[in-house]
Amino acid sequence: MSLQTPLAKARGLGSAKQGTHHWWQQRLTAIALTPLSLWFIYSQLIIGSVDHASVTRWMSDTMNAVLLILFIVSLFHHAQLGIQVVIEDYIDSGWQKMSSIILIKFIALFAGLASVIAILKVFLGL
Amino acid sequence: MAQFRLPKNSKIKPGKTYSSADGANNKKTFRVYRWDPDSGENPRIDSYEIDLDKCGPMVLDALIYIKNEIDPTLAFRRSCREGICGSCAMNVAGTNTLACINDIADVKGDVKVYPLPHLEVSKDLIPDLEHFYAQYASIKPWIQTHTPPPPDSERLQSKQERNALDGLYECILCACCSTACPSYWWNSDRYLGPAILLQAYRWIVDSRDENTGERLDDLEDPFKLYRCHTIMNCTNTCPKNLNPAKSIAEIKKLLVARTM
Repeated sequence: MSLQTPLAKARGLGSAKQGTHHWWQQRLTAIALTPLSLWFIYSQLIIGSVDHASVTRWMSDTMNAVLLILFIVSLFHHAQLGIQVVIEDYIDSGWQKMSSIILIKFIALFAGLASVIAILKVFLGL
Repeated sequence: MAQFRLPKNSKIKPGKTYSSADGANNKKTFRVYRWDPDSGENPRIDSYEIDLDKCGPMVLDALIYIKNEIDPTLAFRRSCREGICGSCAMNVAGTNTLACINDIADVKGDVKVYPLPHLEVSKDLIPDLEHFYAQYASIKPWIQTHTPPPPDSERLQSKQERNALDGLYECILCACCSTACPSYWWNSDRYLGPAILLQAYRWIVDSRDENTGERLDDLEDPFKLYRCHTIMNCTNTCPKNLNPAKSIAEIKKLLVARTM
């Protein structure tokens, strides 16, 4: 039971004074992903054969490597921002919410960084 | 987790059937949500068959007819019967609306009448709006200024500045939009919901108000504002044909605009 007034409940902990950055980042990555996804699909269609040699040749082109890294970074950033919103929507406060958000951020960072390093290795011929 | 199923004591059971339309040509059945907090029973759906020739054209007229002529235990709020007080907001035929301006003729088949969704029910069609009103109070819905008012006149507005309030001042706080919003269903403890955000925007764009920045500060919050995912149920359902979703979008745009 709580004898808190309705206004105290409604005001709660007050404004976090943030959220705009998160929202704006989600829009920016969405804008970036529109042409990048189209480019990615297009380049996979015209690459012809998908054997190791032709894919590494495609990735050692500077422009392809740059766009591919941009695509991967935007994609993982956008994904973790979006999944965070879904978690906040459906999981009530508590350790489950906090740990799911941390987990999703760590996974996105790990997978994103691993992908970028893989692209660089191919690009640099290491 | 968000709760997707009704708790056991909220499962709706079939209720009683009343008919007062024997021999009438113009019959309509109203299936109405009933719950009495004192009975300890689960909610039920009672059916009332009525003769439309004996009552007015709106859903509220039918409810008043049922209460007066058939079943005086039916509880609902109503006052102005012309769409300006917002008291008779309820869910009619699956859509949140004002019963007093909802034409019975527009409903095909039986008319299902439920209280506004996802609020605690006090009795029958009466939801508990305490938190909704507290959220309204929390956005300080009054003019805030630092300049003293002119000694011999009101605070003036140009016609253009006044026009900015059109589509906002008409909101009657009936709560149809907020209770139609899934985000408000899951997170109404923290999310302000479309009605309150439209009201907040009404003060943000009021040219006479001098606390615009503070108002934006108070809204900048992942839950208070950013639970809006542009689902658009609010705009779809508004019985006054307003556009709360647009107000929320404008608030988000102002928050970005002031950073660059």
